Amino acid sequence: MTSGRSLGFYLLLAPVLLWLLLLVIIPHIDLALVSLRERVGVGQYAFSFANFLTFLNEPLYLVTFARTAVMSILATFITLIVGFPVAYFIAKMARGKLQPILFVLCLVPFWVSELVRTFGWMILLRETGIISSLLQWLGLVNGPVELLYNDAAIMIGLVYTSMLFMVVPLVTTLSTLDDSLIEAGYDLGGSSASVFREIIVPHAMPGIVSGCIVVFMLSLGNYLTPIMLGGKDSLWFTELIYSQFIVRFNWELGAAFGFMLLFLSTAIVWVALKLTGQSLEKTMG
Amino acid sequence: MISLSMLKTTTAAAVLSLAATQIASAETLRLLTWGGYAPEEVIELFEKETGHTVEVTKSNNEEMIAKLRATGGGGFDLAQPSQDRISGPQAEFGIYKPIDLSKIDDSLFIASMLEATKGNTTVDGEVYGVPHVWGTSGLVLDTEAAASVKDYTDLCNDDVKGKVSYRLKRPTLIGFAYSMGLDPFAAYGDEAAYKEIMDKVEAKLVECKGNVKAYWGGGDELMNLIRSGEVVASMAWDTGGWKLNGEMPNVTFVAPSSGSLGWIDTFVLPAKGKADDAAYAWINFVMRPDIAAKITNVAGNFTASKGGDAGVSEELKAKYQKSYPAADVDNIKWYPPVPAGLEVIEGGVLDRVKAAN
Repeated sequence: MTSGRSLGFYLLLAPVLLWLLLLVIIPHIDLALVSLRERVGVGQYAFSFANFLTFLNEPLYLVTFARTAVMSILATFITLIVGFPVAYFIAKMARGKLQPILFVLCLVPFWVSELVRTFGWMILLRETGIISSLLQWLGLVNGPVELLYNDAAIMIGLVYTSMLFMVVPLVTTLSTLDDSLIEAGYDLGGSSASVFREIIVPHAMPGIVSGCIVVFMLSLGNYLTPIMLGGKDSLWFTELIYSQFIVRFNWELGAAFGFMLLFLSTAIVWVALKLTGQSLEKTMG
Repeated sequence: MISLSMLKTTTAAAVLSLAATQIASAETLRLLTWGGYAPEEVIELFEKETGHTVEVTKSNNEEMIAKLRATGGGGFDLAQPSQDRISGPQAEFGIYKPIDLSKIDDSLFIASMLEATKGNTTVDGEVYGVPHVWGTSGLVLDTEAAASVKDYTDLCNDDVKGKVSYRLKRPTLIGFAYSMGLDPFAAYGDEAAYKEIMDKVEAKLVECKGNVKAYWGGGDELMNLIRSGEVVASMAWDTGGWKLNGEMPNVTFVAPSSGSLGWIDTFVLPAKGKADDAAYAWINFVMRPDIAAKITNVAGNFTASKGGDAGVSEELKAKYQKSYPAADVDNIKWYPPVPAGLEVIEGGVLDRVKAAN
């Protein structure tokens, strides 16, 4: 009996283990080995920490990373502020058929690729684009206005791209909140603000935390949106990794950058969880 | 009746197996190339004539090398990097295999171009590349709005402020260096001297950054910027300028006074390519004058095919002659092979320019 059960257990476990081993662990070991070598001559390499030292000693790379992290945290925060009312409306206020319809409307933009969505924003924001033309037509501005190629454009793109990943977990957690709890809160003399603070937010916390982690990671690892909307000053960390690998043929430094991104983003998520008194276990539960 | 149906079956089987052997001798050619170098029409003619099939992947120099490096030279049977980007990566990563020149019909090539490419792509006595398409990069301008721009450094002029675009890639560094009176190609062999030149170029590009609308990445992106009028002066390929000239008479390619930069895209065999016969057949096929003219008409650039310019449309020839009076052709600076290691110096410069305010 026990052997039969353990066989089934291992069979079920096998795909997960294979996935982790073949697609996550082995490539990372390989990448680690690449990051720990230095080119000493044509086709010759030696073990060294030079790549990591380059990252730490060149202010440009640290600044780029810090900028990427700060912008991603900000994007996560804005996405939460915008996404929460949307999720609350879908989960609590909408009734009957309206609920699935609204949910699908949130999904629709994600049926086209990220590239197309970003192009859409470019058409809207560029100097000869729709918003600029509209403002001129309304007589609000005199000449064409350039709305593209700045940090605000990157922020709009990031929030728009990650919206769904905030709304879905929030809708899921909010819909499990019993309406009678909210009513009880009001019956006991709570104001809207205190009901929101004491009942709704604590209940939605797992959704907020998982949504924030996903959005933060997506923003930090985003490549297309910052490049296309940011223009000449975009400067995103993934762009540095791409150019080291593809343009400079410098896989060693690129691999080191990849690991720094992994370490630092993990550290940021860990610190954020500690600061807010949350844990991954609670979020999963 | 039974015997008749059996006969039918055996005949069918025989026909099938015959067809199978024919298919086995035909190969699939996985071609890694630039947009426009393998037009649909040419592929169809080739497939009909030789029985091979062609799968095209479009890319650029850096991505071609990166892709081949990732697989150790596998996944493709024929690639088309520029001639200056062959010997360095080959010495460093060993991603190509030598070309068997006896399988190439050299009477199809312009002899001087073939010899020059062979010389530039030789590593350890073996030839790794033969030429295909060549062209130049220089300035694509709205000749009215950007009348003051005659050379690369003029892109930093005040009257085109905010209406300039160029790439953050090595051709920009080289072009600016020449325009500033420096000679980067002469310093290729000397890393310290090259770094000194690049430091000066970096300072100039940082200073010039305020003039730039956006650094373009792909040809279509630049086309859109110029079409919309948001950009009036840019560094780009000759074909881009000629193409826009058809839509906007003011816009055209101008050879900068310090000289255009000339490139030759080649044919190379990736180290682990599996369809060499089809690859050689493709090279000999597209270098035929009639086919080469078809490619020129689509891609806009001329080829190294002898007599290949005869079938090119008159319109394109006229644009070429207007952009290139004879003196300007002699002034073209052809890229010499890039020694391994220079990319790291350039990379640092490009990163710092991008980060500058």
